[in-house]
Amino acid sequence: MSKINTLDALDKAAKKGRDLLFPSTKIRISIGMTTNSIAAGARSVYDAFLEEKKNKNMKFDMVKTGGMGFDSVEPIVDVVIPNKPRLAFAKVTVEKVPVLLEQVARLNLDRELPFYRVDEQEDIFTGETIQYVKGRLPRVFSKISLREEIPFYKNQLKVVTRNCGVIDPENMEEYIARGGYYGLHKALTEMKPDEIVQEIIDSGLRGRGGGGFPTGIKWRSCREAEGDIKYVICNGDEGDPGAYMDRSLMEGDPHSIIEGMIIGAYAIGASQGYIYVRNEYPLAVENLNRAVMQARKAGLLGKNIFGQKFSFDIKIAKGAGAFVCGESTALIASLEGRAGEPRAKYTHTVEHGLWDMPTNLNNVETWNNVPIIIARGSKWFSQIGTKTSSGTKVFSLVGKTNNIGLAEVPMGMTIRDIVYGIGGGIYNDREFKAVQTGGPSGGCIPKSLLDLPVGFDELADAGSMMGSGGMIVMDDTTCMVDIAKYFLDFLAKESCGKCTPCREGIRRMRSILEDICSGGGQEGDIELLKEMSDAIIDGSLCALGGSAPSPVLSTLRYFQEEYETHIKGKKCPAGVCKKLIKFRILDEQCNGCGKCRKVCPTRAATGSRREPHKIDQNLCIQCRACYEVCTFNAIIIE
Amino acid sequence: MVKLVIDGKTVQAEEGKILLTVARENGIEIPTLCSHETLENTGACRLCVVEITKGKRKKIVTSCLYAAEDGIVVDTKSDRVLKVRRFVMQFLMARCPTSDVIRDMAANMGIAPETRFKPSEDGKTCIFCRLCVKACEDVVGVSALGFAFRGVDKALGTPYREPSPACIGCGSCAYICPTRQITMSSTENTRSICGKTFKMKACSVCGRYFAPEEQLAFISKKTGVDLEALSVCSSCR
Ligand SMILES: Cc1cc2nc3c(=O)[nH]c(=O)nc-3n(C[C@H](O)[C@H](O)[C@H](O)COP(=O)(O)O)c2cc1C
Ligand code: FES
Repeated sequence: MSKINTLDALDKAAKKGRDLLFPSTKIRISIGMTTNSIAAGARSVYDAFLEEKKNKNMKFDMVKTGGMGFDSVEPIVDVVIPNKPRLAFAKVTVEKVPVLLEQVARLNLDRELPFYRVDEQEDIFTGETIQYVKGRLPRVFSKISLREEIPFYKNQLKVVTRNCGVIDPENMEEYIARGGYYGLHKALTEMKPDEIVQEIIDSGLRGRGGGGFPTGIKWRSCREAEGDIKYVICNGDEGDPGAYMDRSLMEGDPHSIIEGMIIGAYAIGASQGYIYVRNEYPLAVENLNRAVMQARKAGLLGKNIFGQKFSFDIKIAKGAGAFVCGESTALIASLEGRAGEPRAKYTHTVEHGLWDMPTNLNNVETWNNVPIIIARGSKWFSQIGTKTSSGTKVFSLVGKTNNIGLAEVPMGMTIRDIVYGIGGGIYNDREFKAVQTGGPSGGCIPKSLLDLPVGFDELADAGSMMGSGGMIVMDDTTCMVDIAKYFLDFLAKESCGKCTPCREGIRRMRSILEDICSGGGQEGDIELLKEMSDAIIDGSLCALGGSAPSPVLSTLRYFQEEYETHIKGKKCPAGVCKKLIKFRILDEQCNGCGKCRKVCPTRAATGSRREPHKIDQNLCIQCRACYEVCTFNAIIIE
Repeated sequence: MVKLVIDGKTVQAEEGKILLTVARENGIEIPTLCSHETLENTGACRLCVVEITKGKRKKIVTSCLYAAEDGIVVDTKSDRVLKVRRFVMQFLMARCPTSDVIRDMAANMGIAPETRFKPSEDGKTCIFCRLCVKACEDVVGVSALGFAFRGVDKALGTPYREPSPACIGCGSCAYICPTRQITMSSTENTRSICGKTFKMKACSVCGRYFAPEEQLAFISKKTGVDLEALSVCSSCR
């Protein structure tokens, strides 16, 4: 990589990248190769393509990209054929590879119909339209759905995930071809630091790490703080169970984070940056490290970037995966080599942060928004989303929806549109019960609030929070007391243990919930839980304890009667809490097939062939095996 | 100087002085478990919280860390404050039911144990106030003690639960521990603490065993004072 210190050099790199992204003669086949696609088998599919290429002596480019978002249909293979629509195949297996290649080579697409096609697409960075199809659309393509017609993609707006699944994250020129580092060039050569800060303020960008603090205001405080050295930090700790948007960005588009940080550092006056990534994200660490080296080689990190009097570099730091290390002061302690414990925030990190110097910490997704805000302007950005929550948000949509994956939507979209539109509704047509948002210390939003627009303030008002953007969808087979117990168990283990209310209080709440779930709930427990919550929220040192009671409070707010049924009726309406449920076989439905008898591990299910079976309650351990295996709906939960 | 109101009383305070000190200097008692005059406060026990009103906003702050500000109104006994304190004491009573220190302190505050909390049975009385850790690190300067793990598993001890090579047997941790979790035992010429037994040095004048040899060696190395000169006990010096 030659030095990129002028606009001209940037253009040259972009040209090279474009030739790779839109080859004029060769076919380009890319496979999403993120941690989750690898788990779905992407690596062996990739190898199968290489094998087939070698065996049949074929000519095409193979590329590993970041994630395409739609995780329940991974591995996804994306094919760019010169001058033809861009195609994607879903759920590709090793066996299908030869067929796919043959189809693509002959443009005969009957045997394995592609999942979707893309004829044209807006380049979000420039606002221009990319035309894949040159000339008339060949007939073979017309029966393939357009990507815009697929519910999962239809209402998404890919701003921060614009490059994920498109570019090869190992190739900086492809990033540049998509508008990368142009924002930086503009910032450094056309704007004063104050103007950049103002631009971020005007954009209305709010921190994507959970708190939703206005990013530009934070930058301004840090810029104004006194200190010889200033630092910028990227928070890539991402500890929420079920959340993986930051990982996806770090794996799939590392340069965008780096570019955002360089712009931020220039605006703030920082000379050193750190990206704090959890060690459980090896691919993210690898891709970030490589990107930092590439940027350094190109002169985009280091001394006199774009010939300006501005020098900045970035180090990658690995965290050991404690949830609390995502908290700003704990993260800084961990970076300094101390135990990851938070401190009181009466001195602000923007003034006294890392090594006691002014420090600006932002989340991965926050940094990722920066280049495009600079490139397209705050006005463009603030038109996306709502008045108080501008831009987009990436959500990890998991749980009981038909479609699972990362979805980026404009802020303000309703939960209904996310769950039923993008998510395709509830798996097995069951009843929607609640969606848990905001990570472990978030809350559960009930059915009556399905039309709630997602935004920082809207979610907070509903007793939950935006958090980092996790969305766990639950159906009627979920017990809300059990869910609250699950999150409290997580928090009890992940509390740093420094202060009394958090260390002792959360586990005391957990043990009351355990009692409730196992039939030992007592009159007065609900009131006690509420009182304890007040004390823990008020008394805790940091926001972990300060928000830890939320799973209990939000489920109490919307599902109190479910708690009462557990406590007073000693029953679990959702049929989850083992000690409160009984499995019974309905004589009139049972035809004596014996499946339950064979699967029962404790010989509780008995009966003769073709005769209704019975379950001995003294032997039953509520493992559900019989319930799952019965095909005649003869087993009920009471 | 700044002017503020604490429990209805208008007081003057040096700017930057922490609320806990200001309150105490004015005869207002705030209970604490993790604050010690020789150590930097860490805000761990949360007993010292108070409620302040600043402009229109009310919030709970940690009085051992929060600096006095002009114009704030401090309530050291508001309902919110008392609720936090009650639960902190009830949590600690359940955590270390055998500690008479905690039990007496709670009784003095008029707080009874919460029957819904099952008392721990491990017999430990550590309340994680971290005074021992801070004293060992900041005053003695050896960092022989620390915490391992986090959350419910958090535990105080020496690294890997083995006798610490860094420990010099000075006994500061045992001395500062408010709940007697850390204890020290002695024979005429030995001292045992934190899983390690130390040989004591006899005073070269009176012959009384007065300090662990390792401690004297540490002091000599740190201060540059000759070990010989340190082998006289304080009464004979
Ligand atoms: C217990 C706890 C865990 C947190 N974990 C994360 C995390 O994993 N990633 C993150 O970006 N922010 C996390 N935060 C929020 C950070 O403290 C901080 O507010 C954020 O990184 C600031 O960046 P932003 O303004 O761009 O959101 C956490 C906060 C708490 C209290
Ligand atoms: S004395 Fe302030 S938190 Fe313990």
